[in-house]
Amino acid sequence: MSDPSRLRIVVLRVLVLSILLTLLGRLAYLQVADGPQFTKAAADNRVRKVITTAARGQVLDDKGRPLVRNRTALVVSVTRSVLRGQKKHGALELARLAKVIGIPASQIALLITPCGEKLTNGTKANKKTGCWNGSPYQPVPVKTYASDKPAEVKRVLAIEEHAEDFPGVRAQYQAVREYPGGSLAAHVLGYLGPLTPEDATKPEYKALAPDTEIGRAGVESVYDERLRGRDGVQRLQVDKDSAVTGTLSSTPARAGDNLVLSIDAGVQRVAEKALADGINLARTQFDKGRGKNYTANKGAAIVVEASTGRVVAMASYPSYDPVAFVGGISVPAYKALTTGPGQPLISNAVQGSYAPGSTFKIVSTAGAVAAGYPLSARVYPCPPEFKIGTSIKRNFEGESFGTLDFRETLIRSCDTVYYQLAVAEWSKDGATQNLKTAKQFFANEARRWGFGKQTGIDLPDERGGVITDRTSTYANWVKNKGEYCKGARTRTKGSFRQLFDQEKCTDGYRYNAGDAANFVIGQGDVLVTPLQLTMAYAALVNGGTLYKPQLAKGFLSADGTTESVLPPVKAATVPATQAVLDYIKSALVGVVSPPGTAQESFKGFPLSALPIGGKTGTADVNGVAPTSWFASFAPVQNSRFVTVVMVPEGGTGGTTAAPIVRKIWDGMYGLEGAKAVLAGGVLPATLPVVRADGTIAPPGTKVARRPRLVPASASPPSGTSALGPLSGLPWAVEPRRTRGTS
Amino acid sequence: MTDWSTPRVSPVRLRPREVTVRERLLDRASPLRQLDWLLLLAVSALVIVGGLLIWSATRQRELALGADPQAFLKKHIINATIGLILGIAAALVDYRALRAYAPVVYIGSCLGLLAVLSPLGSTINGAHSWIVLPAGFQIQPSEFAKLAIVVGMAMLLGEKRDGESRPRDGDVLAVLGLCLVPMTLVMLQPDFGTTMVFIFVILGVLSVAGAPARWVVGLLVAGVVAGAFVAPHVLKSYQLDRFRVVANPTAQLGGAGYNVHQALIANGSGGLMGKGLFHGTQTQGRFIPEQQTDFVFTVAGEELGLIGASLIIVLLGVVLWRGLRIASQATDTFGQLVAAGVVSWFAFQSFVNIGMTLGIMPVTGLPLPFVSYGGSSMFANLMAIGLLQNVHLRSREL
Repeated sequence: MSDPSRLRIVVLRVLVLSILLTLLGRLAYLQVADGPQFTKAAADNRVRKVITTAARGQVLDDKGRPLVRNRTALVVSVTRSVLRGQKKHGALELARLAKVIGIPASQIALLITPCGEKLTNGTKANKKTGCWNGSPYQPVPVKTYASDKPAEVKRVLAIEEHAEDFPGVRAQYQAVREYPGGSLAAHVLGYLGPLTPEDATKPEYKALAPDTEIGRAGVESVYDERLRGRDGVQRLQVDKDSAVTGTLSSTPARAGDNLVLSIDAGVQRVAEKALADGINLARTQFDKGRGKNYTANKGAAIVVEASTGRVVAMASYPSYDPVAFVGGISVPAYKALTTGPGQPLISNAVQGSYAPGSTFKIVSTAGAVAAGYPLSARVYPCPPEFKIGTSIKRNFEGESFGTLDFRETLIRSCDTVYYQLAVAEWSKDGATQNLKTAKQFFANEARRWGFGKQTGIDLPDERGGVITDRTSTYANWVKNKGEYCKGARTRTKGSFRQLFDQEKCTDGYRYNAGDAANFVIGQGDVLVTPLQLTMAYAALVNGGTLYKPQLAKGFLSADGTTESVLPPVKAATVPATQAVLDYIKSALVGVVSPPGTAQESFKGFPLSALPIGGKTGTADVNGVAPTSWFASFAPVQNSRFVTVVMVPEGGTGGTTAAPIVRKIWDGMYGLEGAKAVLAGGVLPATLPVVRADGTIAPPGTKVARRPRLVPASASPPSGTSALGPLSGLPWAVEPRRTRGTS
Repeated sequence: MTDWSTPRVSPVRLRPREVTVRERLLDRASPLRQLDWLLLLAVSALVIVGGLLIWSATRQRELALGADPQAFLKKHIINATIGLILGIAAALVDYRALRAYAPVVYIGSCLGLLAVLSPLGSTINGAHSWIVLPAGFQIQPSEFAKLAIVVGMAMLLGEKRDGESRPRDGDVLAVLGLCLVPMTLVMLQPDFGTTMVFIFVILGVLSVAGAPARWVVGLLVAGVVAGAFVAPHVLKSYQLDRFRVVANPTAQLGGAGYNVHQALIANGSGGLMGKGLFHGTQTQGRFIPEQQTDFVFTVAGEELGLIGASLIIVLLGVVLWRGLRIASQATDTFGQLVAAGVVSWFAFQSFVNIGMTLGIMPVTGLPLPFVSYGGSSMFANLMAIGLLQNVHLRSREL
C-alpha cells in the first residue's frame, strides 16, 4: 500500500486513541473522584425506611390513675406541596375542604403556609397569622376532632372516600394525648408539640419521624425520651418499582414506659379546688390599702411528702386544659394562654419568684442562732416601730408585744425583733463597707436552706429565686453601673427614674441597713419560688434534710414486666441543729391557735384529730396588695406533709392563704365534713402494676407475672380500616350533598 | 497496488501434494495459522464478559416474572454462536465473491429498512427499527445496513481505474448517493444513533481513501449545520431532551434524565473494585431500563468497578488497534477501506454507547459492540470481524 494511505490511517488511529482515553478518563473520574457521592445516591435509591410509631407511655398518679393517656382521634391533614400542584394552587380544593371541616379556606391556607414565607399582602407568615413550622412536604394537621360525633365523623371521612376531590388531604385516625382530668395538674403534665425543623437537627431527635410530637412542657418534656419509647425502623431494600426485595435491618417499636408520678390525683384535685375557691373568695374581699377588692389573679399550692421530697400535689392558678395543644393549638388560643390574665401557661409554683414575707423567718431565726443569739431567752424587745437612718419601719398594723423570746416572736411574727438583729449584724459586718470578713449569717443561712438556686425538680424552666447580700449587691453594681450612670445622665433631670439611677450609679455598691432589715423578714431583694419555700419547710420538719423535689416516682414498662423506682434524693442538710429545728417547729405549732397569726383561719379546726403547725407570710409588694403566704406541716409529730399556698395580691397570709391550706388538710384527711382523699395521710408504698391486658391496677394488686413479651408495636389503627362499616352508607357516595350539609 | 484483474489462486489449490487434514490446519499458510488471533481473543473476551453482564442485568427481572433467570444468557450464547458461524463465513468467503455479494447485501439491507417502515415493522423503545418474525425473533435491519455501507463504499472507492490512487469528486458523489438511501430510511425510523454511525463511517472511509479535503470538511460542516438547524425540527422532542440531559444531567430526573441519572449512579457507585458480579444494587434493583442492551456498560461499572469497566474499554481498544493494523497492512484499497470502515463504526458506536452511560453523550439506541444483548447487532458485529479476518488473510497471502 502507498505511504499516503498509511498516513491517513494514522489520523484514524489518533482519533481512536483519543476516544479510548476520553472514556477511560471520564470513567476514572466518575468512579473514583465522584464515587462517594454516587455511592450515597445508590443507597438512597434502594433503601426505604418504614417507621412504626411507638406508643407513648401514660402518665399515672401514685395510685395508677391515668393523668395522661392515649386515644385515637380523627385528624385532618393537608400536604401543601400536593395541594399547590393543583389548578389555581388548589383554591377550589381548599374551598371544598373548608366546607367540610368548618374552617375558612383563607385560614387553612395560612395554617399550612411555612413560617417565614411571604404572604400575598407582603408580610411574612408568622406565629401571629398562623403558620406551619415543619417541612412543606409533610402533612400539616389542620383539624383534630377531640370527640367522636357520628355526624361529624361521617362528614369528615368523606374526604377519604373521595380522595380524588381532595388531593393532598387526608382524614385519618391518629394517636393523640388525652387528659382524663381536663386541666388537672396541667402545669405538672405539660403538653406535646410537633418536632420543629430546628429540633430535628439536634442529636437526641435525630432518629425521629418528622411528624413526631415531643414533650414541650412539664414532665412530658423532662421525661420525653422515656415516655416516647423507640420507634420501630425497618430499612427495606427496594427495586425501582419500590417493590421490597429484602430487609436490611429491622428494629421493632418499643412502647414508651408509663411514668408514675408521686402526684396523687385526689390531693391534686383538692388543692386545685381549694386554691381556686380561695382566690375567688379573696377577690370579693375589700383591700383597705388600695381602696378596691383584691386582684388575686394567680396563685400556687404545693403539697410534698416531707420525708422524701416527693410532690403529692402542685397546683398553679389559673390553669389550662392541655387538650388545647392536641393537633396543634390555634394562634389566638396560644396567645390567651401566654399573655392572658395570670398567664395560665406559667407554673407559679416553680416559674415565678416572690418575696416570701414572714414565712422566711424560720431561716432568719436559724441564722440568728448561727450568729450567736439565744433561742429561748426572753431578751428580744418587740416595739411597734424601728428606726433605720431616716426611715421608720413598723410592725404589721403597728403592733407591739413587749420583750419576747423567739417562740413568741415567730407566733406573733414580730418584724421589729428581726430588724434589730439584722441591723446589729449589718454593723458588725462593716455597715456600708464591703469587708471581706463580713459573716453575713442571714444570707448564708438562707442559701444553705436551698434559696437562691433551683431545687432541681423534674420540671423545665425552674426559677432559682434571688438572695441578695453585700457580696451580690456589689457584684450586681459592677455589672450594671454603666446602665445606671447612663440613665442618670440622660433621663429627665429630677424624674423618679433619673434620681433612682443617680443613686444606684453613685451608691449602688452599698449594702444598706435597710436592705439587711428587709432581708430577714423576707422582703425587698429576697425572692423565692413557692417550691423552694416548701422544701425548706420540709427540711425544718424532717430533721434538716433538704430533698430534691421529685414528681416522678418511677417507671413501669408498657408490658409491666419491669418497673423502676426513683429513690428520694438528698440535696443538702441545713446547718441548724436538731434542737433549733425542733424549737422553731414547736413555735410554729402555736401559730394556728391563739395568739398566733393564723388563729382566725384555724378557728374550729380539729387540731386534736390532725395537729398541725404553720407560718403566715404577708409580703409587701410595691404598688399592689401584699402576697399572701401560708406554709404548714402535718401532723406535728413525725410530720408527713408540708403544704405551702401563695396568692399574690391576695392580702395577708392569715386571711387568704391559711384558709386554703386548711381546706387542703380537710380534703386530704377527711376533716370538717370533707371526704378523705388520702385517708390517714397514707401514700402508697409501691408503684401501680400493669395487668396482663396492659391496663393499670392500683399499687398492691396481685397480678400473675407474665413471661417477658416482645415489645408490642402500638401503632394507632389506620384510618380507613377502622371505619369499614361506614363506607357503605349513602352519604359516602354523594359527597356533594355531604358538603351542602356542612 | 495490486492488479485486481489477475485471478487469484487459493492456497489450497496451489498445494503440490495431498496432505492430511491435521497438516492442512497447522500449515504455515493455513487460514487457522494466519488468522489475527489477538483480534479473535479480544472479541471472544468481550462476548463472554457481555454474557456475564447480561446475565446479571436480567436474572432478577426474569426471576420476578417467574421466568428462567438464565434466559437472556442462553439467547446471548445462541446469538454469539450464530454470529460466529456468520463471521467464519465472512472470513472465508472468496475475496472476489465478497465484492460480488456486496450489492446483494446492500440491496437486501435497503429492502429490510423499507420493510421496517412498512406495516411489517414494529416499534421498540420509540424507534420503529424492528421486524418481528415468528417464534419470538426480531431483526433490526439497520445493523446490517452498517455492514452494507462499509462494504459498498469500499467497493465503490476500491475499484479505481488505472493508477489513480485517490477518489475523484464523482466517486465521492457516488458514495454519498449509495449511503443516502439507507441513511434516509434509518432517519425515518427514526434512529438517530445509527444515522450518526453512518456519517462517522462515511467520514472515516472517505478520509482513509484520500478523498479531497473539501469533501471531508464540507461533510463535517454540513453535518454540524444540519445538526444545529435541521435536527430541532426533524428530531422528536424526546430525542432533543436526551441532548439537553447531557448539558444538564440533573434536569428531568423523572423523564429523559432518568436513564442517565440512574446510569451515572450505577457507574459512579462502583468505585475501584465494584460491588461484585450480581451484587450491584442499581443493577439488581432494576433501576436502569434497557440495561442488558444499550446500558450494559453500567453493569460493568457498578459490579466490576473501574478495573472491570476499564478492561472492557481496553478490550475494545485491542479490537480497534488490530482493525487499524489490518487496514494499514492491507494489500489493496478495498481491504483497507473495509477495515477502516469497520474500525470507524466500532470506534464511534463504542464511544457513543459508553459515553452516554458516563453522561458525556446523549442517549441514543446504540448497543455496545459484542457486549450488549441483541441478535442483529451481534451478527453484524461478528460478520464485520469476519471481514477484518478476511482482509487480514488476504494481505498475508501475498
